[in-house]
Amino acid sequence: MKSKIETWTRRRVLRGMLAGSAVTVGLPILDCTLNDNGTAFADTGAPLPTRFAAWFWPLGIGEEEWRPKETGVGYELPWRFAALKPYKERMNLFSGSQVHLDGAANQTHFTGVQGYYTGKVTAAGDYFNSTNAIIANTISASRRFRSLSVACDGDAKASWTAYSGGKVPDEVSPVALYRRVFGPEFTDPNAATFVPDAETMARRSVLSAISDERSTLEKSLGAADRQKLDYYFTSLRALEQKLDIQLQKPTPLQACTRPPSVDHDDGHAVGVISAALERHDLFCDILVHALACDQTRVVSLDITQGMSSLRRDGDSTGHHTYTHEEAIDEKLGYQAKVAWFQQEYFKRLVLYADKLDAVKEGDKSLLDHMILFAHTCHGAPRLHSLMNYPFMTIGSANGRIKTGMHVATPGDPATRVTLTMQMAMGVPVTSWGTGSNRVTAPIGGVLV
Amino acid sequence: MNTTHSRRLSRLSAGAIAVLGMAALWNASAADTDMATSVRLSPSQYRLTIADIFGTSVRVDGRFEPETRDQGLLAIGARTGNFTDSGLETYDTIARAVASQVLDEHHRAELLGCKPRADTSSDDECARKFFSRVGTLLYRRPLSDAEVQTRVAMAGAEAERLHDFYAGVRLSLAQMLISPQFLFRFKRMEPDPQRPGQERMNAYDRASAISFFLWGTTPDLELLRAAGSGELHTKQGLERQVNRMIASPRVAAAVHAFFADMLQFTEFDAVSKDPEFFPRYTASVKEQAQEQTLRTIVDHVVTRRGDYRDLFTTPHTYLTKDLAALYSVPLVDVRASGQLQRWLPYTYPADDPRIGILSHASFTTLWSPSGRTSPTIRGKALRQNILCQRVPPPPGNVSFQFVDDTSNPQYKTTRDRLTAHSSSPMCAGCHKVTDPLGLALENFDSAGGFRMSENSAVIDVSGEINGKKFDGPVGLARAIRDDPAVTSCVAQRIFAFETGYMPPRDDPQWVEIQKKFAESRYDVLELMRQVALSDLSYGSSGSKLMTAVND
Repeated sequence: MKSKIETWTRRRVLRGMLAGSAVTVGLPILDCTLNDNGTAFADTGAPLPTRFAAWFWPLGIGEEEWRPKETGVGYELPWRFAALKPYKERMNLFSGSQVHLDGAANQTHFTGVQGYYTGKVTAAGDYFNSTNAIIANTISASRRFRSLSVACDGDAKASWTAYSGGKVPDEVSPVALYRRVFGPEFTDPNAATFVPDAETMARRSVLSAISDERSTLEKSLGAADRQKLDYYFTSLRALEQKLDIQLQKPTPLQACTRPPSVDHDDGHAVGVISAALERHDLFCDILVHALACDQTRVVSLDITQGMSSLRRDGDSTGHHTYTHEEAIDEKLGYQAKVAWFQQEYFKRLVLYADKLDAVKEGDKSLLDHMILFAHTCHGAPRLHSLMNYPFMTIGSANGRIKTGMHVATPGDPATRVTLTMQMAMGVPVTSWGTGSNRVTAPIGGVLV
Repeated sequence: MNTTHSRRLSRLSAGAIAVLGMAALWNASAADTDMATSVRLSPSQYRLTIADIFGTSVRVDGRFEPETRDQGLLAIGARTGNFTDSGLETYDTIARAVASQVLDEHHRAELLGCKPRADTSSDDECARKFFSRVGTLLYRRPLSDAEVQTRVAMAGAEAERLHDFYAGVRLSLAQMLISPQFLFRFKRMEPDPQRPGQERMNAYDRASAISFFLWGTTPDLELLRAAGSGELHTKQGLERQVNRMIASPRVAAAVHAFFADMLQFTEFDAVSKDPEFFPRYTASVKEQAQEQTLRTIVDHVVTRRGDYRDLFTTPHTYLTKDLAALYSVPLVDVRASGQLQRWLPYTYPADDPRIGILSHASFTTLWSPSGRTSPTIRGKALRQNILCQRVPPPPGNVSFQFVDDTSNPQYKTTRDRLTAHSSSPMCAGCHKVTDPLGLALENFDSAGGFRMSENSAVIDVSGEINGKKFDGPVGLARAIRDDPAVTSCVAQRIFAFETGYMPPRDDPQWVEIQKKFAESRYDVLELMRQVALSDLSYGSSGSKLMTAVND
């Protein structure tokens, strides 16, 4: 009898674990306390992890009028950012940078993001290795999920997350995301006892046998198919790692609690902004808890794809159509209806920051230990411009970036902003981007 | 214990060697192509396969990772796309749910095919019976003894671990369901003994290609037999199998799957209409709209063997009560009270503006924003999906000031607003390509309803294609029907649906396929038959095909 078990448990982590003989481990409560200034675990001195959250809103801000007149610290926050006032000293606002086409066609709502987020402007569909994925590979590879990404309007294609194999579709359903992260497979790190699940052990064991098929299979395939198979096996390893983590006693985390269960909202397509933003808040709750419980260290939220068709309740015209058709209000100097959408989005960004800030880690908050990075598809929405891109960061990344600044870099490649993000997150990178979008240094005065 | 252990290990090693031997036999020279040829099983193929192997009472619940579309088709994306972490996770979840059902108390007696000695421990003989039979169907080829033994050993070990025979088989089956040998269809080449120096696709991979193309599902035992006996490598043997499959009613599933892909119905996932404006456009109507078009197509293509071009002008369709209400069609279903939505055939009267599939809500609503219509989006969809013509993207940093007529911003109709666009030379180039087609469909609102006016102004539905003027949806339908691009487009897409590649445009074999398609009066099943019989479908090098495309 035992021989069979050994046949399958000889593999990797499972040696010696037996179903039925539940391993109950009492946790010394001291494990979960932090040092005095809340920057590290008290018992090990290991620094608290730095986290990264990307937040995408469609169609930029407005004409030039949103750009603060002053740069550096102590600038006056324009009315466009009124909602963000409580975070002024804990955020940075970046303006002026652009994406260079270098002769490539401009696929509106796509090429700009492709340029600054992946560093390359290429043919449509070429979208690999986005900034958030590069960061995830550095800071989140050991987590249960390398990254999590969601879209709020029901369109999984809104995703801006891509690893080397291509885009990762967004999760659109809060119910599904909740189940995936906090469903039965979630292990509460603060539980008094830990019992490795027999079924999980069995699953882990049978999964490892798939890798045994690999070399046989590869021999019959050409290079491109072997490469394709490689992506499959990378994902298989991620699945195995997820189970491995579920089988280990988790490190206690003071800030971790399971969020309230989400049992409605299956991610159906929505057309009105109120419905999308309601879902936005549901998603934020889950993502914030996922970060607090260290299930992942990189999350991304996309309100909708760049060419947003979200409408105001009762109005038949959507945000994107208004950017084309609405006249600039002569008195105001911008498109008033378009501005209304932008204002709604920024209110939600603040709500997200509030939730992150409410998670206490030592005497600081989760928000202090991360960057919440806000980005969009175009500079001026009316022109669908690739110039004067607005970017915002909230949080100081465990003290790795300075905050409270307006940083203006007119004409500079927007890739410098994303390079700076990567460096702040500890990615070992010195240059980034191709052609005119190549940069070799971060934005000055931001990194500590 | 040690003895048993090592014996088992040695059995496994012997198995591994046998597997290697088999692969060497199959493979000989791995394809030198620099383009991937393997394709991932699509959600639709996965569902049909599970239903074929385990019956329809085993449900495939849960959502698959959204498929990626490439050059207009998910079938090409299945070749060029890659697995993601979250994607494989969804397959794992679905696989475990399927395996649980197969081994649950309702199904195990029938699907297992044997009864274990005891429910609480392993039974290798019973497990072996199951995996030999099911393995062939899942991997679309006979499994070697060693491969079967691997599954049996795995099931046995887990049965002992969990004290549950069925759990062991369930885990081992779930593993097969996320194995690359199930999730991918490979196109492995081997030397062709008939043509020294040349290669051919191995027989089982060829059987899979044919089956998924013509039936949308895994090969049946007869096709696998023909592969095993070498018949599929002969002209007559291949033709016999292809004719058998084309003649089967099961070809309807493939036609259904192909047109759902070509018409991009997965995009409906992101479609919603404002219930305030369009109370009749419910989530269920959205599903029915797609089914209406697919039923109309299957009826026309499979049942009637009609001319493909006539799909754009046919007055015949199928409706439910809800769709009839959406279209304001007086459909009387005397028996439907209290019943679920039933499909009834319906023929439009001769002078009705709703003819052909472009008048269906599956086209008019899919290619409209949620609140109002966009002739540009409809025109672009028509060009790209029906005529296979590329519409270039708009230029960057465009000023729309000329559209922003601040003195008179109240354009009443969409045409008024678009005319402003097209008056700019920078925009006119592309809008001239898309808008005149889309404007002819302006009688259909964003939710597929019929209208004559917009903001109390009468809608002008005149349009133009290739310099030929026409009027309204009927005029557009007739113009599209007579456009030669419509038949060359469906031919290209059918080929790409089968192979994952666009066809080599100037290849004599491809020219011949198209000629036969025309000679058959554009019979889509004849086109599928020709593609399934063509060497092009089983060629060695995808890259050769790709470079031959003169795009």
